[in-house]
Amino acid sequence: MTRKEAKPPYVSTTNACKLCKPLGACLAFRGIEGTVPFLHGAQGCATYMRRYIISHFREPMDIASSSLGEKQAIYGGGPNLKQGLKNVMDKYGAKIIGIATTCLTETIGDDVPMILNEFRQEMAKQRGKKKELPLLVSVSTPSYSGTHIEGFHAAVKAVVDQLAINAGFIESINLLPGFLSPVDIRYIKGILEDFALSGIILPDISETLDAPARRDYEKIPVGGTPISDIRVMGGAKSTLEFGRTLFHKDTPGKLIAKRFMVPLHQIGSPIGLRESDRFFAILEELTGRKSPKKYLYERGRLIDAYVDGHKYVFGKKAIVYGEEDLVVGITAFLAEIGIRPVLCASGGQSGRFREAIEEVTASLLPAPPIIHEGMDFYEIAEEAEGCAPDMIIGNSKGYPLARRRQVPLIRVGFPIHDRFGGQRILHIGYRGAQNLLDRIVNALIEKSQEASPVGYSYM
Amino acid sequence: MPRLKSVPAVDLDEFVEKVIGLYPAKVAKKRRKHIIVREPSEEQQIEANVRTVPGIITQRGCCYAGCKGVVIGPIGDMVHITHGPIGCGFYSWLTRRNFFRPRENGHNFLTYCFSTDMQEEDIIFGGEKKLRTAVEEAYKILKPKAISIHATCPVGLIGDDIQTVAREMSAKLGISVLAFNCEGYKGVTQSAGHHIANNNLFKQVVGRDDVPQDGFTVNILGEYNIGGDAWEIERVFDKCGIKALSTFSGNGSIDEMRMSHMADLNLVMCHRSINYMADMMEKRFGIPWIKVNFIGIKAMAKSLRKIAKFLDQPAFSDRVEKVIAEEIAEAEAGINPYRERLKGKTAALFVGGSRAHHYQDLFRDLGMEPSIAGHEFAHRDDYEGRKVLPTLTVDADSRNIEELHIEPDPERYRPRKDNEALEGLKAEGVVDSYDGMWPDMGSGTLAIDDISHIEMEMLIKRLKPDIVCSGIKDKYVIEKFGVPSKQLHNYDYSGPYAGFRGAVNFAREIDMMINNPAWKLLKAPWETGPTLTAELGKK
Repeated sequence: MTRKEAKPPYVSTTNACKLCKPLGACLAFRGIEGTVPFLHGAQGCATYMRRYIISHFREPMDIASSSLGEKQAIYGGGPNLKQGLKNVMDKYGAKIIGIATTCLTETIGDDVPMILNEFRQEMAKQRGKKKELPLLVSVSTPSYSGTHIEGFHAAVKAVVDQLAINAGFIESINLLPGFLSPVDIRYIKGILEDFALSGIILPDISETLDAPARRDYEKIPVGGTPISDIRVMGGAKSTLEFGRTLFHKDTPGKLIAKRFMVPLHQIGSPIGLRESDRFFAILEELTGRKSPKKYLYERGRLIDAYVDGHKYVFGKKAIVYGEEDLVVGITAFLAEIGIRPVLCASGGQSGRFREAIEEVTASLLPAPPIIHEGMDFYEIAEEAEGCAPDMIIGNSKGYPLARRRQVPLIRVGFPIHDRFGGQRILHIGYRGAQNLLDRIVNALIEKSQEASPVGYSYM
Repeated sequence: MPRLKSVPAVDLDEFVEKVIGLYPAKVAKKRRKHIIVREPSEEQQIEANVRTVPGIITQRGCCYAGCKGVVIGPIGDMVHITHGPIGCGFYSWLTRRNFFRPRENGHNFLTYCFSTDMQEEDIIFGGEKKLRTAVEEAYKILKPKAISIHATCPVGLIGDDIQTVAREMSAKLGISVLAFNCEGYKGVTQSAGHHIANNNLFKQVVGRDDVPQDGFTVNILGEYNIGGDAWEIERVFDKCGIKALSTFSGNGSIDEMRMSHMADLNLVMCHRSINYMADMMEKRFGIPWIKVNFIGIKAMAKSLRKIAKFLDQPAFSDRVEKVIAEEIAEAEAGINPYRERLKGKTAALFVGGSRAHHYQDLFRDLGMEPSIAGHEFAHRDDYEGRKVLPTLTVDADSRNIEELHIEPDPERYRPRKDNEALEGLKAEGVVDSYDGMWPDMGSGTLAIDDISHIEMEMLIKRLKPDIVCSGIKDKYVIEKFGVPSKQLHNYDYSGPYAGFRGAVNFAREIDMMINNPAWKLLKAPWETGPTLTAELGKK
């Protein structure tokens, strides 16, 4: 296949392959202990983003809003923001309020950091300095620049920027995983534990967005990165940051490195065997320990499965879409199991998507896939015409394409609202690769089984 | 001392004091007016449709959501373009589960989500050019007969003139292009967006195609075909010999809306979102309207009888009665197995601007007590009835939404009944009348408008409803309390719930939820207390 460079020439976006920036910020804030995400804007933003996040996670997702109306759109939203903060403080007992802006407040130019400073002073006067205010972290997230992923990283960076200090050396590493699933984060925690490595994972949505049933309801879900941990991130012995499309950006990891001289290791999201190997190699380096046997077994079983599954998957063609770093990871994985990624697409525009995919597929693919940033599903479908994919891998929004092409959709990433358990899809590490492989092989077997006029049960 | 049947130990008046005690004095004074312990012998006034308190986590949406999301979005043979950054369009992309059946031309554009996806340079230099291109591209790709443009917050702020773009593109492409100035910051809730949508549909769509109709034709207003509701209603209508000319807007077709002024009668389901249309169509074309409720077996039968009464033809009335008898027998047989298990259970309904009223009838059919209810974006007339309309004060928020002044159409105005008959029907409350939720809320029931999270928490703990009907945003909060929650916006991906067969679906699902054995498994056998209290997991 020849590589097409030209992106389809549409100006408008039809069936977007991205969500908006403040949504990502809210997701990140939800992974911090005692935090209430707060959107400064019209109330519809909070409502829409809540309903969307909830449809994936099936968990409460409260986001407060300053509920601006026409008057505030003209005269500024400061008073509403302050009143809203006061209510969230008093009624929800928030330890942190994570304030993200919206198109409205960015367009009218509300100076949020200034309003927050005023608010702090007013509160100190009204309530006395003894009564502790919740921490207020603000991030600028106009949805007219960047996607939910930029919003996610921007919020993490804002948290680090506004809260972390160096309170002395700590025997911990910082781990900035990016937007993974709750079960992915739980798996990472287990891995660190097995390495006897103390890690500050920011953010940590493993409990807050996949919570157990409890007898009592908590207004702010239990879990998330402890604030006391975030405070001391500046003293960590190193930072590990996932995401190849972030390498050239001003990431939270770089901020910690620059401000506190904490060495930074940037690697790809550990999806597939080789990217997971890189993760484990760094853990070995950081701890001076060998990988625990358990993971060698996982790795061994994975390779065994690669061999067993090879006949089903080899030479098959796949379209992969979604958030850039997820697509990069999945593509890395596909290349190593012998599936040919034919089209890699994302609504994001990091500027490093192509390079990252080339890095992870080099030497493995006979021909590079078509790679496009800034794509929507209409354009993906047009490109798919020439690709003859055997499967499509990505979130629920690709279902119409899979249906039209009559190929299986392997659901990964976010949002997943036409299947159950999106929050429990394991993508990363050896076990994640195993899970993806099993699902892909079974989807292909199921398809050929259903296509059989006889219906053999021995496949 | 008013008390709920299900929790006689709690004095509702005391409960209300406790609820407002959650707030500082100033807020408490305001919130007090939104909470009513019903006493039908008194004229009770409730506060509604006032601005949300910032920082109170609200169920409410925005003007764009009411316009694009609710009223215009379900029209399936039209292309809807969101003018703005990507979020708003994405979040309103099929999320309400309105279904659509393509007509002869095969058009169904509901699965598409068009957006101008505004970027920083559009915010700085203006987005009109991009909007024009977007309209052209949408037209080129799908060749729709009509396109709508919906403004999001930044559009109004930067001053893009979407009305002019719509006029120009309409002339250029030779199709109808409608622009809606439904920026999210307008009005108090999504209710503002309903009104804006009604106005524009009325000005630019209704009354544009004079196609004479045979038989008895109606428009169904404010029915959004969630989970296929409109099709169950249609099935029953077919049996009765009622032809639905158009539906606003579930399973809605722009072609059918254009000829909707030819119908004999308008049926209003969701009064909140569509009453403007009913009122304007009556003034301009002479079509009277009847408030109906197709949710619930008895409500459905009652609504059909109202229609028969309007038509006033013995043959038709007999046919309707026959259908009712047949359908009720079938539905009752379907519901019976569940009734015993649901009898006497309490339901709380906090949803929408009409559903918290409509579903009360269905719960009563199941033998349950829908004794706690409140709307999310209703106005006072939805609670107290249209009689309060003349007394509603115009405030800063309502003033900004255009109130159309309607005169009778010189050619198309046609009385559907002689004056005397019509006045009679009005006097009986059959035509042009909606008494709101109050008549169905008996003594010792509780109404809470625009309930907040903290109020909901206290309500669940003290009044212990067996099920709470709400939307997706509250569902999982409520279930964390161990109380099942039914989504009455998107039906938990199920439905239909309307009509006779819908009632059976609903009964099955409510039984499934209330009697779900999982609730009993929370405590592990080796535990003396609950396995996981919230304290666990805290450091």
